[in-house]
Amino acid sequence: MSTTTPTSTPPAPMPPASTPLWQQALAYRPPRRYVPVLATLLLLLVMYTIGVSQYRAFSDVQVIFNVFIDNGFLLIVAVGMTFVILTGGIDLSVGSVVAMTTMIASAMLQDGAYPAWFVLIVCLTVGPTLGFLMGCVIHYFHIQPFIVTLAGLFFARGVCTWIDTSSIPITDPFWTSMAQQRIRFSGNFVSISVIIAFVLVAIAMYVLAYTRIGRNTYAVGGNEQSALLMGLPVGRTKIAVYTISGFCSALGGIVLSFYTGSGNPLIAIGMELDAIAAVVIGGTLLTGGSGYVLGTVFGVLVLGIIQTLITFDGRLSSWWTKMVIGALLFAFILLQRLLSLRKT
Amino acid sequence: MSDIRGALQRVSRHNLFWPALALVLLVVANVIYRPGFVKIEMLQGHLYGSLVDILRQSAPLIIIALGMTLVIATGGIDLSVGSVVAIGGAVAVSYVSGLDDQNSVGGVLVACLLAAAVGAAFGLWNGILVAGIGIAPIIATLILMVAGRGIAQLITEGQIITINSAPYKLLGAGFWLTLPFALFIAAALILLTALLTRRTALGMFVESVGGNAEASRLAGIRSRRFILLVYVFSGFCAGTAGLLATSDVSAADGNQAGLYWELDAILAVVIGGTSLAGGRFSLGGTVLGAIFIKTLTTTVYSMGINPQQALLFKALVVILVCLIQSPQFRETVAGSWRRRRRRPEPPAAPAEHPKVEVPA
Repeated sequence: MSTTTPTSTPPAPMPPASTPLWQQALAYRPPRRYVPVLATLLLLLVMYTIGVSQYRAFSDVQVIFNVFIDNGFLLIVAVGMTFVILTGGIDLSVGSVVAMTTMIASAMLQDGAYPAWFVLIVCLTVGPTLGFLMGCVIHYFHIQPFIVTLAGLFFARGVCTWIDTSSIPITDPFWTSMAQQRIRFSGNFVSISVIIAFVLVAIAMYVLAYTRIGRNTYAVGGNEQSALLMGLPVGRTKIAVYTISGFCSALGGIVLSFYTGSGNPLIAIGMELDAIAAVVIGGTLLTGGSGYVLGTVFGVLVLGIIQTLITFDGRLSSWWTKMVIGALLFAFILLQRLLSLRKT
Repeated sequence: MSDIRGALQRVSRHNLFWPALALVLLVVANVIYRPGFVKIEMLQGHLYGSLVDILRQSAPLIIIALGMTLVIATGGIDLSVGSVVAIGGAVAVSYVSGLDDQNSVGGVLVACLLAAAVGAAFGLWNGILVAGIGIAPIIATLILMVAGRGIAQLITEGQIITINSAPYKLLGAGFWLTLPFALFIAAALILLTALLTRRTALGMFVESVGGNAEASRLAGIRSRRFILLVYVFSGFCAGTAGLLATSDVSAADGNQAGLYWELDAILAVVIGGTSLAGGRFSLGGTVLGAIFIKTLTTTVYSMGINPQQALLFKALVVILVCLIQSPQFRETVAGSWRRRRRRPEPPAAPAEHPKVEVPA
């Protein structure tokens, strides 16, 4: 390329074209806001490579699809959590709301008491309503999100056992058809849940990047005071993100009830931690204002692949999962800290 | 008339007023429902009764909440205490189970020291993350909250270890001088904490760090050192509580021991009137808050409600207590009440407004 330039032009002190391509590639620095997401992607690739090199069956594409099938509901919940964490808040109630949704669905479907569409509408209303109420309490009465959503956690879990203390099987034809439906891609398959999760991820990415509410979410998380002074609707945004998280939890609950075919009052205990871990490993700043839904997708994949690796290994016990997740959390939080130190 | 009102106002402004009122109301409700609630009797040289039982069960929560109070006073939070409870219990029980003579007092004492030391060590880890590296407390302690359960299960090798040790059993379930032994441990720790924070400058330093860490550093207080210290103390408390929790059932369960205790401890602190924003704390309030939570749990059980459904009541009470403590909420309620009373006489006196704004 540089050979075609006329000789008359004064030579630049360091013409970029004269450096070899590999040096240019090495010198490339991604924008800092993408670094955490890229780090997660790198980790994902490394883990996958380790898996493929260690276990022959790991290279099967279905392994990846199974990770999505097994963690579809976690992905859905984590997307909602991403919104909340982007505003600098936290939602501890998600696991309980998931369980509450499975219980409401299974109780209403018992003996065909209500048609499936009606149950879906009720389920998708209850979750966001609880989220909306929690958002209102957080905004209007200035109580920490931590405490309010903690009360939400207790409340939803209490509702679960109030409905029934044991698990209820779902025999509704719509539910079973959704559970058994396989969408095939050349010999491999995913479930409906995965499609729902991906549609949600796409919508969430669009909303965060291109709509007013999405930009407000980032602004409130970046600096609430500034956002308020700029005239942004801080209160409405904060209430909205908790409503969104409630909706995602409800949707996650429905998907989980497809997956398990029952409502269980004790399911998804501690799921809020998995969701928060996925969001943080996905590079979203827990203090708010920075992060991407795509990172959350990677975060969920990382958690899923850890579980798959430990299952493939067979020697390691399940508690190693928690320790590895803890170690990864530490690594990513340290990375975030280093990045924010460099910025200031 | 105005004297009474003034006195009432003074009392209601005392920081222990709201938690104490909530506790008294709860006890009164219990007595109405079940008059035998306050009865305490002597049986085989021990005091027996619901109240004694509640106090015994509150002991581990009080101990954790003490550490949590100081952490929250510095503007932090410690989510890992539940996991550290499990780890401390697991360490102590697995040590005792490995002894030749499980009933040896010396061995049990070593186990106690081990649990407290391990707890403090994990607290140190949290402290280094928060004070040394500068990670936000809620995030830093989240790591140990997730990983700690794994560590506890690693120590117990995924099993529930059971032991048969009389001196160990004494810690959480035994009696001494007619009272539950756990109460003496809790009382000793309360006394120690109160002496250290209120009779020395330590408490003031902790509060000043919570008020503004940077300003206190400029004022010559080693902020980081105090932050480190409170996390170590919180870990120590959690490890000690792990002893009581496992002693009560003579078994260590890495999965269930101390599950959701961090939430109970934080609630106890908040109900006790310590602001989550940091800057001041009330040890008395925390103790009252912890007893309140355990009384509530016992109340719900004694009414024959399923333990799981008790969560529903807990949620409602938590929200109620937090709302009452929120100045904005009191303002709203008081404002609408005043407006209704004032409707006949239109001119409102704005001068009275600030008086209602009682800090939580």
